[in-house]
Amino acid sequence: MTTTKKTRLVVIGNGMAGIRALEELLKLAPDMYDITVFGAEPHGNYNRILLSPVLAGEMTIKDIMLNDVDWYAQNGITLHLNKTVTQIDRVRRKVIAADGTEADYDRLLLATGSNPVMLPVPGKELPGVIAYRDIKDTGEMIEAASHYRHAVVIGGGLLGLEAANGLKLRGMDVTVAHLMPWLMERQLDKTAAQMLQASLEAKGLKFKLEKQTAELIAGESGRVSAIRFKDGETLPADLVVMAVGIRPNTGLAEAAGLHCDRGVVVNDTMQTYDPRIYAVGECVSHRGISYGLVAPLFEQAKVCANHLAQFGISRYTGSVTSTKLKVTGIDLFSAGDFIGGADAEEIVLSDPAAGVYKKLVIKDDKIAGGVLYGDTTDGSWYFQLLRNGQNIRELRNHLMFGQNHLGNAGHQGRSNAADLPDDFEVCGCNGVCKGAIVKAIKEKGLFTLEDVRKHTRASSSCGSCTGLVEQILSSVVGGAYAPQDASKKPMCGCTEYTHEEVRRAIRKDRLLSIPETLRFMEWKTPNGCPSCRPALNYYLMCAFPHEVHDDPRSRFINERAHANIQKDGSYSVIPRMYGGVTTPAELRRIAEVAEKYRVPAVKVTGGQRIGLLGVKKESLPDIWRDLDMPSGHAYGKALRTVKTCVGSEWCRFGVRDSTALGIRLEKTFERMWAPHKTKLAVSGCPRNCAEATIKDVGIVGVDSGWEIYIAGNGGIKAEVCAFLVKVGTQDEVLEYVGAFMQLYREEAHYLDRTVHFVQRAGLDYVKRRIVEDAAGRRALYAQLLDALSVEKDPWAERVSGVEAQEFRTIRFFGKNETKGGSNERLAENLPA
Amino acid sequence: MSDWLRICPLEDIPRLGSRVVNNGDIDIAVFRNAEDEIFAVDDRCPHKGGPLSQGIVFDRRVTCPLHGMTIHLDTGEAAAPDKGCTHKYRVRLDKGDVYLNLG
Repeated sequence: MTTTKKTRLVVIGNGMAGIRALEELLKLAPDMYDITVFGAEPHGNYNRILLSPVLAGEMTIKDIMLNDVDWYAQNGITLHLNKTVTQIDRVRRKVIAADGTEADYDRLLLATGSNPVMLPVPGKELPGVIAYRDIKDTGEMIEAASHYRHAVVIGGGLLGLEAANGLKLRGMDVTVAHLMPWLMERQLDKTAAQMLQASLEAKGLKFKLEKQTAELIAGESGRVSAIRFKDGETLPADLVVMAVGIRPNTGLAEAAGLHCDRGVVVNDTMQTYDPRIYAVGECVSHRGISYGLVAPLFEQAKVCANHLAQFGISRYTGSVTSTKLKVTGIDLFSAGDFIGGADAEEIVLSDPAAGVYKKLVIKDDKIAGGVLYGDTTDGSWYFQLLRNGQNIRELRNHLMFGQNHLGNAGHQGRSNAADLPDDFEVCGCNGVCKGAIVKAIKEKGLFTLEDVRKHTRASSSCGSCTGLVEQILSSVVGGAYAPQDASKKPMCGCTEYTHEEVRRAIRKDRLLSIPETLRFMEWKTPNGCPSCRPALNYYLMCAFPHEVHDDPRSRFINERAHANIQKDGSYSVIPRMYGGVTTPAELRRIAEVAEKYRVPAVKVTGGQRIGLLGVKKESLPDIWRDLDMPSGHAYGKALRTVKTCVGSEWCRFGVRDSTALGIRLEKTFERMWAPHKTKLAVSGCPRNCAEATIKDVGIVGVDSGWEIYIAGNGGIKAEVCAFLVKVGTQDEVLEYVGAFMQLYREEAHYLDRTVHFVQRAGLDYVKRRIVEDAAGRRALYAQLLDALSVEKDPWAERVSGVEAQEFRTIRFFGKNETKGGSNERLAENLPA
Repeated sequence: MSDWLRICPLEDIPRLGSRVVNNGDIDIAVFRNAEDEIFAVDDRCPHKGGPLSQGIVFDRRVTCPLHGMTIHLDTGEAAAPDKGCTHKYRVRLDKGDVYLNLG
């Protein structure tokens, strides 16, 4: 026994919400509490939402365990299984279980969940009449299916239908009795519900709609044998499953005098009316709402842990929920307000022959909700748009058809995860198959995209398959999967603050270094991580270009070495060739350098310049010196190239001198750091040979001037630019483009390409700032020119000795030669 | 004590940075963290051989620049959920100099 004086935390309830709160707490403050957990069931924490696949015989209990008993022991948690807490003594601050076990607390966390509602009808206590809530109920249903024939499920909601499907798969004859005129009326409109009913009927389920139960009738054995409805109809029933709803389990809290109102009432920090007592999960009433889906419960758990750990900075403000039915072979998704009303519009796509029905409810140019049946591919995208409150005016034309965030390279163009075989390679970067992702989600109990990335590496490199991975995740965990609300997403695991909040603080409180920012923003880690440090370094330099010093140690290696690291640890050297134009003298110099340093490969790059590949890091400064050309920044989140076509100087079709404008743009904006790599192109006529309309900024010359296009992308997800404005002169092009670049630099999240930034901010907003506001445009352009005025050519700097140690290896002559600390045999920078 | 090799003065390694030491045979990555603790491991990521010396250093960890595997510098072990280990060497600081033991 330990005799530490740690604060004592007692958790009542060993379910998903309570234990998730503990996991979050242990991440934040592993040693803060002595923790005791009471669970009424005899198991560790299991994934309750996967009981349906267990009932359907698709998974086992072992598959759905999230925290086995060992986990509690490993984390020093005292676990009382099979013990129902019957009393909370708030005066003496202790809880007492039915068997007399007691535990003292300094903080108490209520996670008592909910109870299934049992209809108050005669016969409800008969053997064979059960609810559907836990492992025990599931076991009884599996047992009944092997002995009896007729099952009646009362309740045609999500849970009832999953139960009915499972019982049917186990060979029973199943009828679903539902009080309302259509199934799942809280998630579906009538059309979708009727399509669902037809599909379930095709699987052999029977339905009785608008039926109210009058009585459950006992047979000779004393077990239930029939159900009688109010209208007099009687059905045989050896098993009756009541799935008519859940009710927050507040008995214990009420008895202890805690304020309850159809749930234990909590504030935005998950605190009850007793400041020592917190509550999370289905037992809670937050702003008058109790949640029965797991995604909101996890959000609550996270907030609660933050306050238990005394960080005190996060708030739970409620959740928008989505539903997905976990019945194999049926794709159904619903979220938000799917009925609409007088103030709402509907976009409907109905193709009954193909079994597809999609309805989106739009209010004020935003998605308010929707129902998808038969094709739920875009469910998580719509849900993301809904949660982000994104203006969809510009997406309306293709909203119904278009997955927007699914890349189009690296997974054979497939966009629907549901019908992919297990051996299909989902992530082409890391070679991860669908089966491996599904297995990891089930076995490791994963719920978020981040979890899946961490455990499988799928979607963790180029991100092209993110949409597919999200689909797989949501098909396995159903409603538990909630794409994160991008506007509230913390920068990284080191902080709860978002990118916007951090940038605002840097500007407002004039933070000038990374350590200062970490202190001021109360970072949870001593020196950040590889995800936040480069972002902070960029944000600081962008905010105060004259005052902030670049921190090379917070740069990814490419930007620190000013060369691109290759798979074998060698580097590439790509000097700038303005507008893709070179000279014989330059080419000769490149050739001489390539021979002198025995560069293994010389390649024309995709950006109209020449790359030297396979260079040793130690040779970089010498090569740069001999080349005597400026850095092409081909390694940086910075302006890369300005691609041009030949233009009116030579081309018989050209109407504008695209080459000259390209060179001018490149000379003006070179050395510009940005949230991500930035590529420009200029075409001299609408034939567009420079492929300008898939660049971050593309300029197309026409007879009467220049058209400026923005936010295109030729990479992971090909994205055609949007038209910004047409101007008359080269000077105007410089001003508009510079202003847009500066807006992107100031307002995009680090690692957002222009396409992501413009999708988030909206094209309307960008036009307002760049096209309509002339004074604002000029100010932005001036800020960019000011920031660029302090940037020097990094290669020339390093040739002159800046950061010299970066390129020097410390060498010994032999393994055993240097002894006793003598420095004599130690020499730096000897040739290999 | 005889196997200790003097590498360089501490200030030759940037804070939250590293140096590569080569003994004519292999590259060893020597790291310095924010608290001036020194660590040395084989300059090879257990994942695909990436040069750990080129990664971003934080706390007592480094993240490989090639594919992002994180290595605990005090043990050489990959951070969960990844698995793998890179060989760790003994290092010490004496009067402002860094010493490495390849034994």
